Amino acid sequence: MPKESRRSELEAAAHRRYWSHSVRTIALLLLLWAAFGLGCGVLWADALNRWSIGGFPLGFWFAQQGSLLGFLLLIAIYAVAMGRFDRRLRAELDAARAADPASEERRA
Amino acid sequence: MSVQAWTFLIAGGTFALYLAIAWWARVSDTKGFYVAGQGIPAAANGMATAADWMSAASFLSMAGLIASMGYAGGMYLMGWTGGYVLLALLLAPYLRRAGHFTVPGFVADRYGSNLARGLAVLCALFISFTYVAGQMRGVGIVFSRFLEVDVEIGVMIGVAIVFVYATLGGMKGITWTQVAQYWVLITAFLVPAIAISIRLTGVAVPSIGMGSTLLDGSASLLAKLDQLHADLGFASYTQPFEGEWDKTNVFCVTLALMAGTAGLPHVIVRFYTVKNVAAARWSAFWALGFILLLYLTAPAVGAFARYYMLSSLHGKTEAELPQWFRSWQPTGLVLWLDDGDGKVAFYGTRDPGRFAESEIFRRGALNADELATVRVEHQKWIDTRGSAGADGRAILRAKGLAGPDQDILVLATPEMAELAAWIVALVAAGALAAALSTASGLLLVISSSVAHDLYFRWIDPQASEAKRLLVSRAVIGVAVVIAGIFGIYPPGFVSQVVAFAFGVAAASFFPALVLGIFSRRVGGVPAMCGMAAGALFTGWYIIASVYGGMEPWCFGIKAQGIGVVGMLLNFGVALLLTPLFPRPDERVQRLLDEIREPESGAAA
Repeated sequence: MPKESRRSELEAAAHRRYWSHSVRTIALLLLLWAAFGLGCGVLWADALNRWSIGGFPLGFWFAQQGSLLGFLLLIAIYAVAMGRFDRRLRAELDAARAADPASEERRA
Repeated sequence: MSVQAWTFLIAGGTFALYLAIAWWARVSDTKGFYVAGQGIPAAANGMATAADWMSAASFLSMAGLIASMGYAGGMYLMGWTGGYVLLALLLAPYLRRAGHFTVPGFVADRYGSNLARGLAVLCALFISFTYVAGQMRGVGIVFSRFLEVDVEIGVMIGVAIVFVYATLGGMKGITWTQVAQYWVLITAFLVPAIAISIRLTGVAVPSIGMGSTLLDGSASLLAKLDQLHADLGFASYTQPFEGEWDKTNVFCVTLALMAGTAGLPHVIVRFYTVKNVAAARWSAFWALGFILLLYLTAPAVGAFARYYMLSSLHGKTEAELPQWFRSWQPTGLVLWLDDGDGKVAFYGTRDPGRFAESEIFRRGALNADELATVRVEHQKWIDTRGSAGADGRAILRAKGLAGPDQDILVLATPEMAELAAWIVALVAAGALAAALSTASGLLLVISSSVAHDLYFRWIDPQASEAKRLLVSRAVIGVAVVIAGIFGIYPPGFVSQVVAFAFGVAAASFFPALVLGIFSRRVGGVPAMCGMAAGALFTGWYIIASVYGGMEPWCFGIKAQGIGVVGMLLNFGVALLLTPLFPRPDERVQRLLDEIREPESGAAA
């Protein structure tokens, strides 16, 4: 594959790791997204309404406020986590290039 | 000073500000025109996205919609915010990395076909035009209500303003104007909400005040609302699935709105304007944060207004009616047709016997003559004790006009809470800002779809930079005028069309984009078949059930929620056909390598 001709094995491995971390993080956060919005806000809303929080029945609170705040939190976690993966990828690529002078030549 | 003088002053001042920003942000190249030179900071882009997103309908109608639906109103709140999670995690960073100017541009590149581009342009134009007509209408209505000019003149003023800043500054001018418009609209929404919250519960944060105890100490606001609803025969305010919205439908509508939000081209295009992938992620965070300032307050405004509405009308005599009711009755947003006992009766639908006795209505689409006829006949019916004339209540009820108009809640709450004239004027300026900002964002999508995706790809690929810019400006100018005409002569379908736009976006763009980014295997033919299947099924189901009177046969799902089924159909068709067609070629694989890397420096 031409991809391999452009990248050394180390670099390709770093990219693969980056992508699998991204996909796993996204999947986990989407699970939480569904649990907040569709779970607490809709599917379990009637059951949750037996409890209350700050004067709100809990299911009602999730549907009108709680899920919304949860969504904001999920995006923040995503942005922080992906920023970390970005930095790790950059460091691994630098290391890979330092270990493989041929890579530098190809770039030049 | 009177409310009207304040309105002229505040609305005029904000308009001058928008024009000054437009002059400052004028652009001289197509990159500036389409994606603001890709130099907008994440937080500013978040504000612009929020202003773009919150339309005249969000500003004026959403609180009222929630007030009339209670728990089920949450599906709009969750649907229109949950979509940003999908957008941030699945689409925005990757589409920004791909670096196209438009959504159809990415679709064409990924699926390697101009047919796909054409399909995407068609969807983008359909969604944007139907939306923008409603916005221009909103501008006209706000002008006519607050400044007492004709709707037509109001629309023309709106067209002139948008024309200047959209043609001068393109996306850059629009973005920075939207930043200003965000602050105007959020101030206009929050100031009355905070004042009402303090007046009712003594708590300054409306979304906390909503759950707090009323100042008279009798009970919490929500408990009181539930009590009023039970007494007057409305479905419970806080308990789910008691009224017309069952669990299946709340679930499907929420999910359809979420996926639809993530698939709307005028929202996606916002993420093309930031500096890099990391900024696109944080921009989604800021956008949702700024949107939440309004979306967390709207249900509180809804609950406050509902409480005022129920407690200040039912059982009152003519002399006891509140001032807000007197000043808004002439607009027809709320009407009282007495049964002759001199007391207002206001009941919900739970008890059909009492519902027939309810005396609160709205004018809806009736014109002045029709309404006057109903009133005259009703008076005759009362005076003759039923032997002549006609019961106006039965007529209005049969037309589905029972209960007040939803828009009155945001418009009249400052008066319900007896707030100062300048606050009332601020609400007008806020509604105008909401309508103008959304309209301009949509117009840019129209311009880029026509000028960038159609003209330069198919008609004149050799056009010079100067010519491209000129054509883009001309297209946006024409689009503004067409939108204005739609605003003055609204096509009848505008009110139902929001469901349509979200359903089609959820069933067409969203699956195609997600598969395009996360699968290396799905090729052009399966993706297009999926898009066509999803969009056609959704479009047909909505048209058949809204206009054809079709029963919702598909698991009882209403038209608003059917986008979910369309979306699953799209995914299903695309994935089933995939093994039958070849793997996308090397060029597409390289594109995928590229967009899955955070920055071009990482691509060795």
